[in-house]
Amino acid sequence: MEIPYTVQERPDTGLYNGKLGIWLFLASEVMLFGALFSSLILLRSGAPSWPHGYEILNVKLATLNTFILIFSSVTVVMAWANLRLGNFNRGRIFLGLTFLCGCGFMIIKSIEYSTKFHHHLFPRNNNFFATYYVLTGLHGLHVLAGMIVFAYFIGPGSKMWHTDRQRFTNRIEVTGLYWHFVDLVWIFLFPTLYLL
Amino acid sequence: MSDHGHHEGGEAREATAGHAHSPEEIKKEMRLYIVVFVGLAALTLVTVGVSSLHLPTHKAIALALAIASVKGFLVAAFFMHLLSEKKLILIVLAITVIFFGMLIWGPWQHHYSPFGV
Repeated sequence: MEIPYTVQERPDTGLYNGKLGIWLFLASEVMLFGALFSSLILLRSGAPSWPHGYEILNVKLATLNTFILIFSSVTVVMAWANLRLGNFNRGRIFLGLTFLCGCGFMIIKSIEYSTKFHHHLFPRNNNFFATYYVLTGLHGLHVLAGMIVFAYFIGPGSKMWHTDRQRFTNRIEVTGLYWHFVDLVWIFLFPTLYLL
Repeated sequence: MSDHGHHEGGEAREATAGHAHSPEEIKKEMRLYIVVFVGLAALTLVTVGVSSLHLPTHKAIALALAIASVKGFLVAAFFMHLLSEKKLILIVLAITVIFFGMLIWGPWQHHYSPFGV
């Protein structure tokens, strides 16, 4: 059975299905992270005292991670733009850079976590660390999921470029939207957890 | 499996509407992405700089979230192309924003209400 509207816009929505699908998914993701941010507000505002993130967490590493994620957002839109121009090789290089940025983010995050574990700072210690690990852990899982998808499109998934360019380009656009959302979440997580 | 070339009553179009079409327009977009990146990087430095001032908690939260909101706008508007996106997506997002606002406002309002626990 042929899957309809993977390239063409549906007349009623004006969108190809993948794009509407990813936006609906992102809407659900907003609510998922929203619930966790809401919990953080409730716990922090209700606590008699709350530690400052900059006193406990590594701000320098988190700032570096912020730059990495912002840079990866640029590389993924550059990949999409190059594919739209018909530059497959350049598009794939930018996808590779995005994947490497994801690797860099996860390596830095693992350094941060291992330092915390080394100092016996676990989620059970207090609500600050419980929210820190849940929020950054869930975000890290999203980064990892994005990296798996990028790895697929750099490798075996890229074959589609030779048979259906527009559909492949649309797939990169949809993946890019997801990746920008992951970047957006970090933009709010960074000051909330590390700087306040 | 593709519906490439498949048209429904001549109404279906290739899904590029709302985005630049010509190579010149796409290259112009690419230059804009670089400018947005520089803006985001600068705002990140501002966020870190402001936090080092150790302002009172309320002011620090307000300022940090204001800068994060500007950064969020830049990502959503330019990288996610919301400025030129279809109405249906904007409606979906508007509904999401309303429910997200309820999620955030609920505990906040509850805490600062004189009847709050």
